[in-house]
Amino acid sequence: MKYRIRAGDIEHGGSASAKIKSELTRVGIDEFTARRAGIVSFEAEMNLIVYSDSGGTLSVRVEPDAVVVEARDKGPGIEDIDLAMTPGYSTAPEWATDLGFGAGMGLANIKKNSDGFEIESRIGEGTTIRCRLDRRENPRIDHQGGS
Amino acid sequence: MKLTEIVGQLSLDLFTPISDPGAAVTGGYSGDLLSHVLSSALPGNLWITIQHHANVVAVAQVTGLSAVLIVDGKRPNDGVREQARSSGVTLLGSTESAFEVAGRVRELLAAQR
Amino acid sequence: MRLDELAMTIEGETLVRGTRSDLQIEHAYAADLLSDVLSLAEGEDRTTLVTGMINPQVMRMAEILSIAAVIVVRGKLPPQSMVEYAQELGIPLLATRKTLFETCGLMFAHGVSPCQTKPVHDMRDHQ
Repeated sequence: MKYRIRAGDIEHGGSASAKIKSELTRVGIDEFTARRAGIVSFEAEMNLIVYSDSGGTLSVRVEPDAVVVEARDKGPGIEDIDLAMTPGYSTAPEWATDLGFGAGMGLANIKKNSDGFEIESRIGEGTTIRCRLDRRENPRIDHQGGS
Repeated sequence: MKLTEIVGQLSLDLFTPISDPGAAVTGGYSGDLLSHVLSSALPGNLWITIQHHANVVAVAQVTGLSAVLIVDGKRPNDGVREQARSSGVTLLGSTESAFEVAGRVRELLAAQR
Repeated sequence: MRLDELAMTIEGETLVRGTRSDLQIEHAYAADLLSDVLSLAEGEDRTTLVTGMINPQVMRMAEILSIAAVIVVRGKLPPQSMVEYAQELGIPLLATRKTLFETCGLMFAHGVSPCQTKPVHDMRDHQ
């Protein structure tokens, strides 16, 4: 699955991620992993919308043992990755915070919800994040009950 | 109900000293949107929020709130605490969620009537 | 509590009933900041979101997080697109004039408990 995300397109923010999650569920990915993939995609999608110069791509690949989510943009790049990963650190513009976004939890949430997380970024060139989410055998293994 | 009583009953953290120990809490306000606090919260209200940056202090001061109660274990940094202290704004904390804190505060306020 | 009881308690209008007739509202999470809602990752499927936000992200997040029900407070009117989305998902959508504080307070008083979440430690914890 591959989606093109437009910078500043708040109106559609999260729609790609919702589709990703429902598609993963449809093809039989366990609920726990599908949900985490949805969250990772959502945060990555919102980051592309709020911070990228010209948007980017959000893609998801299903492998036998894992779901891989990748988000890529061509700018502006992150100056200090460690700082950007710190919960609570935010460079969000006012139009984003007015809508309840940009609280500085995005990258930290992505990492928290991934089993493997990589991020590369260069100023002026762009940022790529790659997340591996290991699939669980039992669809309900990380839940109590449910319907 | 006095702010000090609420602090005691809920074992809240004090990020600043209580600036007016005799202050009565007029009600509770929950929410994270600063513009809404400005338009809707009443003087003397106890503001329950997850926000903990410098703007929170300014909003609390302008609105005349009795205190800001920061939830989910979030902690304001030293700069924010200092700003609160010098503006006479009281910052409190709880490790519980916004939902629970609102529930408990309302329980206390309701018992007073 | 059941959906009908909840609606009465918070003097809310049930805009979407949802598909589960046996739904019990057991846990709730209150937030305006959507990024905080995402920390519900470790919560349960029976979580009800209580919020003053009515932007398109709310229902998209409800889908991703498998939220059980959504309550909009402060007299905000969920747009038609939000109502339709809730219908598609088959989850209840309620709206009340009451404030977030009052709504949470009433739900809490009627036995709805908070969610279990493990928020990521904030940077300021380390200062």
